[in-house]
Amino acid sequence: MALLRPLDKLPTLDVATILLLGAEETLLEQLGVAIIKACEGSAKVQVHVASCLPLPTDRECFRPRIDLIVFVLSLRSKYSLRTVEASLPHVDASFFLGKVCFLVTGVRQEPNASIHMDTVRKMATTYHSPLLFGDLEVECFRASVAQRLIQILQICAGHVPGLSALNLLSLMKPSLELTTQET
Amino acid sequence: MDSSNVPEFTPKHGVPPRLRDYFTGASSFQRQLASVRKQTPFGQTPSRRKIPQCSPLQENIDPQKIAFLLHKQWTLYTLTPMYRFSYTNLKQYSTLLKCFLAAEKQKGLAVEMGEDFNFKVTFSTLSGMKGTHRDPAAFLIQIVSKSQQSSKNAEDKVVWTGWFCCVYGDSLLENVPDDFTCLPLFLANGAESNTALIGTWFQKTFDCRFTRLTISAFNLSWMAAMWTSCNMEHYGTATELLWSVPCSPQSLDISYAINPEDAKALWDGVHQTPEEITQEEVDLFIDCLCSHFHRHFKINLSATRLVCVSTSVASAHTDGKIKILCSKYLIGVLAFLTELAIFQIE
Repeated sequence: MALLRPLDKLPTLDVATILLLGAEETLLEQLGVAIIKACEGSAKVQVHVASCLPLPTDRECFRPRIDLIVFVLSLRSKYSLRTVEASLPHVDASFFLGKVCFLVTGVRQEPNASIHMDTVRKMATTYHSPLLFGDLEVECFRASVAQRLIQILQICAGHVPGLSALNLLSLMKPSLELTTQET
Repeated sequence: MDSSNVPEFTPKHGVPPRLRDYFTGASSFQRQLASVRKQTPFGQTPSRRKIPQCSPLQENIDPQKIAFLLHKQWTLYTLTPMYRFSYTNLKQYSTLLKCFLAAEKQKGLAVEMGEDFNFKVTFSTLSGMKGTHRDPAAFLIQIVSKSQQSSKNAEDKVVWTGWFCCVYGDSLLENVPDDFTCLPLFLANGAESNTALIGTWFQKTFDCRFTRLTISAFNLSWMAAMWTSCNMEHYGTATELLWSVPCSPQSLDISYAINPEDAKALWDGVHQTPEEITQEEVDLFIDCLCSHFHRHFKINLSATRLVCVSTSVASAHTDGKIKILCSKYLIGVLAFLTELAIFQIE
């Protein structure tokens, strides 16, 4: 049971690495392609996709340092929630200092929902991580989600001067607290 | 029976987040719900509900009328509060609606009323079809076409039926202004073109709006648990859950039928507090069924979507179609649907 740690490897020069995690494999792949497409020519980004944690140990030495983990779950399937829940214990606590976010898809078709939005919201609040929404099935929405993730990723990888992941988290925090208060 | 006897349907247990998500307006009704919402940490749907019970008022309903409502497939609609609707004018309304339908038919629109204008519209109240005394009375509209041959033994054919009701809705609807009557749930059986026409008439006359009520997979799993928990003397049909596999181009459905006694036994194992059901119990019940299925067929049902639930009490489809089979739990089923309808019109 290898715990995934944010700082146990040296960073690759000028490269940011994002790990997309979730049971919806096709959606993850499409999102990965969108991310690569969005940062073509501007920044070097590596996208890793996994369906669950822990990551296999045999190729551990080839794996770069991971700067941001995105847990993708679909409101439509309980299975995606279960896999995310099962993967979360394999992430080191220091990752939650701004290097984790939850991305929820399938929000627009509410009649299809198998999971209640509150379950997801509760999870994000428990892990003190930002919760993003975006419909990954529609191309334009996917592209904007990709843009957003790249921006977060660059901060997490330390490519933005004067702003760290922890900084970003505390910047996003007021909105987090607001949502808990409101509800 | 006053509302204090039905705590599970009062909003103190929270109001679904759907309300909160659309919480942008500032009507007094919404403000009231907002104050209620603050009491629960995450604004969940009622995380516990009462097991469907029969209401003491149900005894007032004519058993013939109940029998008429059972075993029919009803399409569910939600209805916003009606302006200046009066129970004393029902007779007048039936004349007006009949004239309206006849006029539409003359225009050549698709009104499926039979050959000629020989049809009758009746409004009648369904007394007793309510949870508490404060719920507005339910009423029924029927369109009966009279047969051409005026022989007396020829049966009149019911072309279209629709009924409006509100069961235990009063606690969620405290601030409806005086001029409005709120019957949030509308059930229709008959040609859809007729439903649309009658909907137009209601919209013009009472300034209200009809929308289809769809039931999410989340609420379907609640129904599965609630209806399994009902005590039945004998079970008519197997408990059946229908799951739809999303990925394939042509939809693939998996039907999962369980012996109702087995389902009840499983539920009794999961269920703890008598009289009420919690969200955890519902989740556990569905997860147990899914893991059993996974053990045998290696298919993860939790990755698919629940689209239909049918039990001996009632059967419901995610499209908003329902068939109620058991008169004993009629009120209980309607109470849950009323709750869903109220949350949808918000």
